[in-house]
Amino acid sequence: MTALGKLFRTTAFKLTLVYLTTFVLFAAIVLVYFAWNTRRLINEQITQTVDSEIVTLQDEYDIGGIRRLIFTLDARARRPDSYLYLLTTAAGEGLAGNVGSLTAGVLERSGWTETAYRKLEDLEQTEHHALAKVVQLSGGFRMLVGRDLEERDRMHDVVIGAGRWSLAIVVILGIAGGLFVMRRVLQRVDAMTATAQTIMAGDLSGRLPIAGTNDELDRLAGNLNTMLDRIEALMHGLKEVSDNIAHDLKTPLTRLRNRCEEALRTAEDEAQYRTALEGTIEESDGLIRTFNALLMIARAESGQARDNMRDFDAAEVARGVGELYEPLADEKGLTLTIDAPAAAPVRGNRELISQALANLVDNAIKYAAPDVALPDGVRPGIRIEAASAGDHILLTVADRGPGIPAADRARVLERFVRLEQSRSQPGSGLGLSLALAVAHLHGGDLKLEDNEPGLRTVISLPRAGPVSQAVAGDLTRLQPTQAPAGGSDSQAG
Amino acid sequence: MKVGAPVEPNHISASVVIATLERLSPTQRENAYGMGRAVMRLLIIEDDRDAADYLAKAFREVGHVADLAADGEEGLAHALDGQYDVLIVDRMLPKLDGLSVIGTLRGKGIETPALILSALGQVDDRVKGLRAGGDDYLPKPYSFSELLARIEVLARRRGSREEMVYRVADLELDRLSHRVTRTNQEIDLQPREFRLLEYLMKHAGQVVTRTMLLENVWDYHFDPQTNVIDVHISRLRSKIDKGFAQPLLHTVRGAGYMIREGK
Repeated sequence: MTALGKLFRTTAFKLTLVYLTTFVLFAAIVLVYFAWNTRRLINEQITQTVDSEIVTLQDEYDIGGIRRLIFTLDARARRPDSYLYLLTTAAGEGLAGNVGSLTAGVLERSGWTETAYRKLEDLEQTEHHALAKVVQLSGGFRMLVGRDLEERDRMHDVVIGAGRWSLAIVVILGIAGGLFVMRRVLQRVDAMTATAQTIMAGDLSGRLPIAGTNDELDRLAGNLNTMLDRIEALMHGLKEVSDNIAHDLKTPLTRLRNRCEEALRTAEDEAQYRTALEGTIEESDGLIRTFNALLMIARAESGQARDNMRDFDAAEVARGVGELYEPLADEKGLTLTIDAPAAAPVRGNRELISQALANLVDNAIKYAAPDVALPDGVRPGIRIEAASAGDHILLTVADRGPGIPAADRARVLERFVRLEQSRSQPGSGLGLSLALAVAHLHGGDLKLEDNEPGLRTVISLPRAGPVSQAVAGDLTRLQPTQAPAGGSDSQAG
Repeated sequence: MKVGAPVEPNHISASVVIATLERLSPTQRENAYGMGRAVMRLLIIEDDRDAADYLAKAFREVGHVADLAADGEEGLAHALDGQYDVLIVDRMLPKLDGLSVIGTLRGKGIETPALILSALGQVDDRVKGLRAGGDDYLPKPYSFSELLARIEVLARRRGSREEMVYRVADLELDRLSHRVTRTNQEIDLQPREFRLLEYLMKHAGQVVTRTMLLENVWDYHFDPQTNVIDVHISRLRSKIDKGFAQPLLHTVRGAGYMIREGK
């Protein structure tokens, strides 16, 4: 029951049933029409032949009178498979023919009639049916010429019978074919279900079978497989991230623990305990900061901050962030220049964009050591720019530090990725990831470029916010239209 | 700054609200005020018992009075009939969430300053919290010094009038003319430095944390990784304190900064 029950519950079965019912109905209509038409055709044929026979006999009568007619009739009536003939006087006395008895009153009416009759030679035999025409001859004689309908009826029966059988066969074959097709479909669906179940059980490497028929099931399986590829890639990324998190959090946690342990072991007075505790608090603040940054990235990536978008001036953000970091840069011996002469209106989350820019500036200050040997004419320092370019605005932070080799530029955007030379600097390795996530949230992008020498990070954001989804593909195309004029440079501090 | 005898955590759920302040002797109470830090009555609405106990204990250690409520309804009931200086409200609470508690209080015309504590530390959560009637917002995990500094600013804000000229010792800041002088000597400040000093002087005698400065002076609500604020402070310090015998801008270790007269 279960296998059959499952079969009956399938969509394929229901579809087959509907299709079959419709098909049988139409077939039946065609058959009935065919049967009816055959009957009509036979009737037509009979009337035609009977009519021509009557014309011939009329001619005989006209030429040779009643005697000749009787003679001809008798001769014709004796032929095998003959027509039905009956010739009577006006009073109804039979003169010639092969009809023994008729339905009463048939002869009184001229014209076409369907009648039951018995043949003259076998009166005791069963009744037959005939289509006959009665004509009134001059001289009061009446003549009936007809044709037996047995042939027509048999034909009709044959057609109907054949129809019934074919319908039955259609139904049987239809059901059988349907079952067969369903089984195949069901087998494939079952195979897909089984794979899906193993995937659900945790084996993400499983893929749905593809039959190679390029039908809709194949297309579906193909699409699902693509989706699985994407999910697997995402899961892989997620796993990598959590591995990184585990690793990156383990180091400070170990440090934290060691510090506590050491304090317990070696500290002698309150002051030493205090120092140790302060150290642990600092360390845990760092951990909290890393967590917050991760959460922020996750929020930005999931697009949750989209509802907090307003119009603001990116140039003002550049000035604000620049002003915030200027003393810090100054302390490290770097000149921080802000070049944001014109308003650069944009729609977005001001707070997040400020943070993204702050991260870039923070990085620049951290890594752009002022003692790097620079070619002649190049002054050390950091430059923050805000400019409009077409339907985008560009926020640029350029430094004269060691830069990032082209091969590593994509990698440093990933979470927790820190290049070797930067390991000595404090930081979580999340700053660029956050900036990238913020750019993506706004439908924009973050590009790392060579500042020759140094690093140039560019956040490009569509003016209209993320709705327009116009992502800048090629940043070189979007260079600021106005050349940075020396006079408009505002030197903060 | 210990005040009075050791105090048991007085959970409001134990049916009777015993204000710790009333248990203090008049001299103790005066002492508490006399230390420059008025005794505050706080209501902590927090369902995490450990966190609440920790907070209550910490507040008592610095001389404040803290009552506890373990859920939203209880907290609301106590906030309605108690006289509190500041409410500390966890955002996610059983029975009635923190934002609804504050919303209901504001609806009844009770304007007790409220600080929202939340595990949801994002910008838009903060905006929602402030929109609901909260006066400040602090994401978990927080440091007690940060919370304390904010609570004290909130408590002081009530009833404080906006003065036109702030004075700390011989340092004067005129908010109208944007002039800063020390011993009648004009000090030239950048606009942002002026705002920084203005905020510090407005809360003279109170600890102001780096985050508070970043939020109130720069209007940024993110963590700038590096301690950019410290550099701004040291610049400001070099302008207002350099060459004067008595430093006014103090660093409070592990907490933030404070402008005050004397040590």
